[in-house]
Amino acid sequence: MSTVAAKEEYNYDIVKFCVLTGIVMGVIGTAVGTYIASELAYPWLNLDIAEISFGRLRPVHTNTVIFGFGGFLLYGAGFYMVQHSTHARLRFEKLAWAAVALWLISMICIWVTLPLGMTQSKEYHEPEWWIDLMMATSWVFMTIVYLATIANRKMSHIYIANWFFMTMLFMVTYIFTFNGMCIPVDMTFSYSAYAGIHDAMTQWWWGHNAVGFFLTAGFIGVMYYFVPKHANRPIYSYRLSVLHFWSLTFLYVWVGAHHLHYTAIPDWTLSLGAGMSVALIFPSWGGMINGMMTMSGAWDKLRTDPVMRFMVVALAFYGMSTFEGPLMGTKSVNALSHYTDWTVGHVHSGALGWNAMIAIGAMYHMITRMWNTEMASAKLVNMHFWVHLTGAVLYITAMWGSGVLQGLMWRAFDSYGNLVYTFADSVAAMHPFYALRAFGGFLVFVGFCIMLYNTLKTVSAVKAGSNVALSAAAKA
Amino acid sequence: MSDNNDKKGIIRGIPHDTIEQSLPILAVFVAILVAVGGIVEIVPAFYLDDAEPKVEGVRPLTPLELEGFAIYRREGCFLCHSQMIRPFRDEKERFGHFSLAAESKYDHNYAWGSKRTGPDIARLGKKYTDAWHIQHMRAPRSVVPESVMPNYAWLEETKLDTSRTKKRMEVLAMMNVPYNADDISNWESDLKAQAAVDDGSGEDALRARYERKTWTNSNGEVEQWTDSFTPTPLNVRAFDADASDVTELDALIAYLQQLGTHVHFEEGVDYYHDKFGQPYRK
Repeated sequence: MSTVAAKEEYNYDIVKFCVLTGIVMGVIGTAVGTYIASELAYPWLNLDIAEISFGRLRPVHTNTVIFGFGGFLLYGAGFYMVQHSTHARLRFEKLAWAAVALWLISMICIWVTLPLGMTQSKEYHEPEWWIDLMMATSWVFMTIVYLATIANRKMSHIYIANWFFMTMLFMVTYIFTFNGMCIPVDMTFSYSAYAGIHDAMTQWWWGHNAVGFFLTAGFIGVMYYFVPKHANRPIYSYRLSVLHFWSLTFLYVWVGAHHLHYTAIPDWTLSLGAGMSVALIFPSWGGMINGMMTMSGAWDKLRTDPVMRFMVVALAFYGMSTFEGPLMGTKSVNALSHYTDWTVGHVHSGALGWNAMIAIGAMYHMITRMWNTEMASAKLVNMHFWVHLTGAVLYITAMWGSGVLQGLMWRAFDSYGNLVYTFADSVAAMHPFYALRAFGGFLVFVGFCIMLYNTLKTVSAVKAGSNVALSAAAKA
Repeated sequence: MSDNNDKKGIIRGIPHDTIEQSLPILAVFVAILVAVGGIVEIVPAFYLDDAEPKVEGVRPLTPLELEGFAIYRREGCFLCHSQMIRPFRDEKERFGHFSLAAESKYDHNYAWGSKRTGPDIARLGKKYTDAWHIQHMRAPRSVVPESVMPNYAWLEETKLDTSRTKKRMEVLAMMNVPYNADDISNWESDLKAQAAVDDGSGEDALRARYERKTWTNSNGEVEQWTDSFTPTPLNVRAFDADASDVTELDALIAYLQQLGTHVHFEEGVDYYHDKFGQPYRK
């Protein structure tokens, strides 16, 4: 491709920084995740220390994996693919570095403030208002750099991956701003501008669209660039991508209400949310099918290339969790699944299966291309794949088991019309599942450690000149 | 990649090619399209009366309870305990009457939660004694062996920080929580009176303030309860069994003991809506 000759013109320094930071975030985020999962299985692990008790540490995990790992992947992959797909060097590079720096500073502030109990108490939007402002500023900088680079493109069309990225940039700006509206009491505390039902609706408009745009539209953009690139195949269907882009952009926004089924929210809102949730399977599967079918004629790579395997299995998980999502979005299924671990399992089939695996695939791809090298150990990449996959499957199946069991135990009546189980019975029944889940999470953490080790070894080999250069075939 | 885009980009008469080649057009379409769903689902609830059917008895939290709510939030309790009972038979049996929208109308931020690792506590108030709560916070497994809750032993050892209490009430009053100037200026005596660390002289004034029937917010909107309605009496005592000082445990138990006790539910009344979706009425 013509891009090879132009490679020197791209800004890779910032991408390299984001990818390496992202891997470190993955290690930290999954380590904290494993620890809090263990706290639920073995509560003595809370150690009577306020700062590491489950309630304070859980948002550290969610923020580190979503905004640390996911965020740096999106920044890194975004800067990489916007340059490659426009054949133009990044615009406003200082602004881009400022965006990255602000994001990293925000993460560090998050690690300090959340254990100290400074939280907005809105899920996935916990950091207090002044950290919000830093993150929002970073995001706006990122948006400006991204759009300016697209505006500077060296061809007439804007590539599909960039449509998805734009959707994410806009929508996350909206939802982050409106959900973050608050009045500060001081640096450590603020009250949401909304109360009760309004706060709940705004929160889940944010909550589900953080998933829908940050973790879906953004990552679909990543998929649309890296899967065809790595498979060296064109995207399967142009028309399908157009169709599922616009329908996903329109539909995702509506479905947040399904997090509030049977609550005090007006019924019509919830029914609308449920209906849109079911409809969402079409754009979701449109993306999944388009990604999968791009492999046509390149399926043999699955045998030889673990990076390709990461990407394809990610698409399989995406298809699976976007089938599960509409199911759980219907009222009758949600009546059972809501408040249970099934939700946690669903989130992690998306996060560990789809997001992490497509991210890891894209990261390996970028590392080898940017440093022009093979990974130091192909075996370790393969091992990472199997360890990660095993961990993810253990985690998800454990949570399915515990979630459905919980839901059934809570609603069980005996023939006299009495509840069969106390709530405490259901808590006790969760123990084996929680232990298994913690083990699954631990495997994912081990996988990230393998990745970090392999990456550092690769980069230092390049520095020492002892690496194996990437083959011309892979570069094509 | 760009090679793939050279096909004729017209789909069912829509000149998609044009959209794809213009950053402004694409950006504007996206910016508008992603805004629709949120506007349709969120905005109407602010204007429709039946979104939050009116019910007597819901009052703002007292200064002590408000500090308890802040501790509830600080410790992340909402991550494992919901405060939103759904209208199902098993939830009614286990937790009580389903939650009404109006019951959380003063909750900045809402605390419905999304997960029940522990039970729902929307109607926890008065279900257990203070002594149970004290022991449960110290060591949850000493009263519920199956529990996976962390020990919160530091709460009873930590003196309550009241440096923000007044500011909290002022901020909430700005957002139409009906604290009046009298409520705010007396925050300290009310807080001490409720935790029973004063000489008992503040109790009557505290009760007069928070067992009143007329609530006026900063917009001048008045909520007047009927004469026949008797507001739920406040809990006034040393919640942590120690009247020498106000601890975080005092505040948290004061908060927990009022949960879900404001509305007086009557048998046979549909508190949700009638079959035409109208707000409930007696």
